[in-house]
Amino acid sequence: MEQYISLAVKAIFVENMALSFFLGMCTFLAISKKVQTSLGLGIAVIVVLAITTPVNNLIYNGLLREGALAWAGFPEVDLSFLGYISYIGVIAAMVQILEMFLDKYVPVLYNSLGVFLPLITVNCAIMGAALFMVERDYTFSESIVYGTGAGIGWALAITALAGIREKLKYSDVPAGLRGLGITFITVGLMSLGFMSFSGVQL
Amino acid sequence: MSAAKDVLTHPVAKNNPIALQILGVCSALAVTSNLNTALVMTMAVIAVTAFSNLFVSLIREHIPSNIRIICQMTIIASLVIVVDQILKAFAYDVSKQLSVFVGLIITNCIVMGRAEAFAMQNPPGISFMDGIGNGLGYGVVLIFVGFFRELLGAGSLFGIEILPLINNGGWYQANGLLLLPPSAFFLIGIFIWIIRTWDPSQVEAPEFEMAPNTKKEAA
Repeated sequence: MEQYISLAVKAIFVENMALSFFLGMCTFLAISKKVQTSLGLGIAVIVVLAITTPVNNLIYNGLLREGALAWAGFPEVDLSFLGYISYIGVIAAMVQILEMFLDKYVPVLYNSLGVFLPLITVNCAIMGAALFMVERDYTFSESIVYGTGAGIGWALAITALAGIREKLKYSDVPAGLRGLGITFITVGLMSLGFMSFSGVQL
Repeated sequence: MSAAKDVLTHPVAKNNPIALQILGVCSALAVTSNLNTALVMTMAVIAVTAFSNLFVSLIREHIPSNIRIICQMTIIASLVIVVDQILKAFAYDVSKQLSVFVGLIITNCIVMGRAEAFAMQNPPGISFMDGIGNGLGYGVVLIFVGFFRELLGAGSLFGIEILPLINNGGWYQANGLLLLPPSAFFLIGIFIWIIRTWDPSQVEAPEFEMAPNTKKEAA
C-alpha cells in the first residue's frame, strides 16, 4: 500500500507531467485563460489517463512485450516496436468510446467536457504516460495509480495557471512579451515552485 | 520557385510554429538541456514532418474526410517508428537520452497541424518543403534554447568544454539552474520577446486596457 501512495505523490507533485516533463504543453498554454474551462479539461484528462494507462499496460504485457505471445505459441516474437502505433490507436479509440458513452448515458458531463474530449487524443500527456509506464515497467495496479496521479497533477497545474492568468491580464506587460511570452515565464516560475517538492523523501 | 522559398523560410521567423502558433512546445523544452539531443531531435522532427506532409499530400484525394485524423495518425506513427528504429540502430546513446520523447513526436502538434492545415490542400512537392520549413522553425528554437542551456549550465557545447569550470581548475562557476526544467520556459519566453520586438506585427492585443486617467488636465 505504501508504495502506491508514494507513487501517487511522486506522479502528482514531484514528477508533475506539465511542469517537470513539459507534457501536454500545447493545450496547457492554449486553454488556460479561464479557470472554468481549464478545470473541465483537467477532469477530462484525469478520466482519460486513468483509463488508457492501464489498458496500454495490458496490451504491452499481454501482446507486445518479448515473449508475451508465448500463450499463442510464439515465445520468441518481440513486437515492442509496434508500441507507438498501438498506444496511439488505443488512446484514439478510448477517447472515441468515452465520448459516445458519455453522450448516451451522462449527457450533463458530456456537455461540459464535449469540446475537450477530441483534443485529448493529441495531448502529449496521455501518450507520455503510456510511454513512461512502459519504460519504467509498471505492473498493472501501479499503472492505474500512476495514470490517475499523473492526470491529477496535470489538472492541478493547468487550473493553477489559469488562476494566475486570470489575474495577470490586468497587469501592464511589455508589448513583446504580452500573451504567450509572459505565460511561458509564469509557467517557468510555477515549475520552479513545484521543484521544491523534489526534495520530499518518501 | 519563390513560393517554395517562402514556405521554407516563413516558418523560421515570420510564422514560427513554437513562438507564434503554440505548436509542439512539449518536446521543445524537454530535450534541450544539451545541444546534442536538441540537434538529433530537430533532425528527427524535420524528417517526420517533411515525409508525413509528403505522404498525406499524396493520398489526400483518397482520404474520406471523416476518418482523415486516424489516417494521418497512422502515417505519422509509422514514420516515427522508422525514425526510432534508425536512432536505436545508429545512435543508441542519444536515443536513450531522448527516452520517451522520440515517441512523443507522434503527438507533436506541429506534425499533425501541418498535415491537417497544409498537406491536405496542397500538392506533394510544396507540402514536402513546408514540412522541412516548419521542422526548421522548430529546430531554430530548440537550438537557441539548447545552446544557452548547455553553455551556461555546463560550460560546454556538444560536450566539448568551452568555459573551463571551477571544478576542473578553470574560472567558470556553472549555473545549475539552466539544466533544470524552469530555465527552458524562461528562455523560450525571452526568445518570443526577441522575435516580437523584431517583428511587432506579432504582438498580441491586450485583453484588458486600463481606462485613461480622467483627471489628466488637473495634474
